[in-house]
Amino acid sequence: MSNTNPLWKTLLLAVVLLVGAFYALPNLFGSDPAIQISSRGGQLTDADKAKFTQTLEAAGLGEYEIREPADRIMAVFKDSEAQLAAQAALELEFNALQYTLAQSLESASPEWLRKVASPMYLGLDLRGGVHFLMEVDMEDAINSAEERYVSDWKRILRAEKKKGSSVIHRNGVLTARMRDAATRDEMMIEFGKEGQLLEMTARDEGGNFFIDANLTQQAADDEKRTALKQNIVTLRNRINELGVSEPVIQQQGLERIVVQLPGVQDPTRARDILGATATLEYRLVHGNQSVWDNAASGTIPAGTQLFKERDTGRPILLKRDIIVTGDQIKDASSGFDQDSGSPAVFVNLDGEGARKMREVSAENIGNLMAVVYSEKRVSKRIVTGADGVKKEVVEKSTIEEVINSATIRDVLSHRFQTTGLGSEEASNLALLLRAGALKAPVVIIEERTVGASLGADNIRQGFYSALGGLALVICFMIFYYKGFGVIAGLALVTNVVLIIAVLSTLQATLTLPGIAGIVLTTGMAVDANVLIFERIREELRAGSGVQTAISAGYDKAFSTIADANVTTLIAAVVLFSLGTGPIKGFAITLSIGILTSMFTAILGSRVLVNALYGGRRMNTLPI
Amino acid sequence: MKSLIGDLKIDFMGKRKFALILSSALVLVAIAALFSRGLNLGVDFTGGYTIEVGYETAANLDEVRTTLASNGFEEAVVQTFGTNTDVLIRIPPSDELTGVQLSTKVTQALEAASAEEVTMRRVEFVGPQVGEELRETGGLAVLAALFAIVCYIWIRFEKKFSVGSVLALVHDVVITLGIFALFQIEFDLTILAALLAVIGYSLNDTIVVFDRIRENFLGMRRGSPSEIINVSVNQTLSRTIITSLTTLLVLLALFFLGGKIINGFALALIIGVVVGTYSSIFVASTAVLQLGITKEDLMPVEKEGAEFEEGP
Repeated sequence: MSNTNPLWKTLLLAVVLLVGAFYALPNLFGSDPAIQISSRGGQLTDADKAKFTQTLEAAGLGEYEIREPADRIMAVFKDSEAQLAAQAALELEFNALQYTLAQSLESASPEWLRKVASPMYLGLDLRGGVHFLMEVDMEDAINSAEERYVSDWKRILRAEKKKGSSVIHRNGVLTARMRDAATRDEMMIEFGKEGQLLEMTARDEGGNFFIDANLTQQAADDEKRTALKQNIVTLRNRINELGVSEPVIQQQGLERIVVQLPGVQDPTRARDILGATATLEYRLVHGNQSVWDNAASGTIPAGTQLFKERDTGRPILLKRDIIVTGDQIKDASSGFDQDSGSPAVFVNLDGEGARKMREVSAENIGNLMAVVYSEKRVSKRIVTGADGVKKEVVEKSTIEEVINSATIRDVLSHRFQTTGLGSEEASNLALLLRAGALKAPVVIIEERTVGASLGADNIRQGFYSALGGLALVICFMIFYYKGFGVIAGLALVTNVVLIIAVLSTLQATLTLPGIAGIVLTTGMAVDANVLIFERIREELRAGSGVQTAISAGYDKAFSTIADANVTTLIAAVVLFSLGTGPIKGFAITLSIGILTSMFTAILGSRVLVNALYGGRRMNTLPI
Repeated sequence: MKSLIGDLKIDFMGKRKFALILSSALVLVAIAALFSRGLNLGVDFTGGYTIEVGYETAANLDEVRTTLASNGFEEAVVQTFGTNTDVLIRIPPSDELTGVQLSTKVTQALEAASAEEVTMRRVEFVGPQVGEELRETGGLAVLAALFAIVCYIWIRFEKKFSVGSVLALVHDVVITLGIFALFQIEFDLTILAALLAVIGYSLNDTIVVFDRIRENFLGMRRGSPSEIINVSVNQTLSRTIITSLTTLLVLLALFFLGGKIINGFALALIIGVVVGTYSSIFVASTAVLQLGITKEDLMPVEKEGAEFEEGP
């Protein structure tokens, strides 16, 4: 029993230690507040970059560093006051329509290090921010898909000139009524050409001939998937518009979306923007004041629809045909009307929309055109029923109001403005029109907001408890095991460094429970060493020589250590699969900690023990 | 060689009647507490709101309550959180307000009523449906963890060991839950995570003892099962206690330095570690003995191998 180290073990330990220390290093530098700018759908030009640096210079912000990663330019400051001042200065210079300004936290480590290693990614509970869990209203998604088929059918019936037929849509069933069986059978084939997405059955009742249809399961599932995907895209656009850096937008299950916005301190605006379904429609006005008043008391002419004016609440009749919908708006910005000074939304239509607008406005010069603001609201609330049982109900409402109507004076084209909104509303609406509409409304079913001050507290407390725990354990180990205790202590410190290195390289999220996981592993990692040392002591008591005792201690303890760690790993894996964010963080650090501790406590400490005590003739061990 | 525990020969198995009485009593009390008082479930599981606000000076709780009540939140539970400048407000899912409007309304109402600035430190809103799901997955997770562990021990050790370890784990989980129910400490997701960590930890302890029992059953020529188990528990006792001690040290650091949010988590683990240490000595090993473990139980693998060799 010579207990000398094979060269490969020493080398392996040295390499792992060096690499670990290197990748853990960026965490020592912390992070600094930064402000970054990127171009919407394009590259920043050199002129943009020059303007960026000049604006900051002119603002006199003290010391800062300019960095130019891939498609953006950023300034990194020493404190958040300078960051905010810089943002204010830049907002004046850079048009929100073309550029995105975002605050972020950037690594403060030197450039050579930054290029190869990043610090750990901090969770929302440590840096502050908002977490939303949203549920997509799939009923609505299915419903609008069915509505699409209703208009398809109507179009086909019109095109085929089948008079006296009608289509209705009720409770998820589309029903078409025909005059005779022959027409019905003919149309059934015709409808079928639209694809195999509907299940159709023929039905005869009371001299009428019907086609009943509903979406196939597959088609319904496809609709849901598309709605979810499209919503994620829209949400991502909206978040970019809000200027949040490093957002997380993920699908969870089949109907839910997780959105995490680090650093956002005001969840109200984020929540309003993300959940909003507001959009605009342009329609022609029908008739005059007296016709509208008549309509309000019940007589609505065919092809028109009754609306209310937002400011006055007065009734107004609009033509059913929509000139331009929100989908055809390519771009929008908010500002003020040059003549009246009231808030305005400037919209830019796409080709199709512009063509339609040109045609309609040319034919209707002198007539009134109205702008309809529409919004779908879905909310969940608890209602206490008559039987006293509380249950959750989904409430839906649609707001549709005319925000402005004006005489068409000229032929309109792709660019024009709309007034009639409040200034905040105008800027929010412009943002929503730019980012696109949600395919189906979403409901926020979980929200967790952590203020920046609490985040900072959490980091500090997490750090101190980790440090305190580590110090206590090391002191105890040295007190109890002397020289071997020092070795165990070194193994522990190495373990923490390795955990941090792995977390940094994986860019796994560190949360407060995650820190607790590191602290807990510190207490448990030392267990491997305790097992080994107790074994060595036992062997010594049984009369073994020093070298034999060391060797036997390590060998015999190994299978126990492995078994014990595997079971803890099982618990950690279960935790991970259960987990929402913070809990996942705990499971991750716990699992990483278990794995790295096997390395440091067994191999690491063995190499040290061998180097210090191995291969020598000794009568006692400092254990 | 400094030792807290020397070469001991405590007759643990002889004291198993006492352990049985103590454990049964604790489990009964825990079950009674769980049934009579129930767990004080946090918003994670019930749905509702938790709002933490910070005042610049000591907060006047009565004033906060009155403000909230006059704004339609009669059911709000108001308490200080850690320091007297921090206030934690808990509001059950609302009949009146929808979704997320509520937190905004609360902070606005408090700001309007207070002369000083009120900072919003934390808002947690969990929809009732999500709460129900978390309750379900939480329960499932505990069961899944127990099941996976039983399987592992069955494979690595033997049936009687896996029954023993599961008895010990259920014992630990029930008692820890019972303490939370008895003192009505809020039970949220992080506590559930702690509970699963307790399962992992307690098992860690149990396995070390089992490992030694197996080794001694195979290695010691003489001795009744009771004696062998006794020797094994004694041999691992100092390790069991030292590891529990180091784990408790870090947990105390977490409890006192880790801040309020992590307090409950640390507490659950402290209880779990203490109970888990006790159970790995008294419950798991005793159960294995009661189930009638024999030397033959531990040698099935070799027997099978022998049969193969003798085969045609």
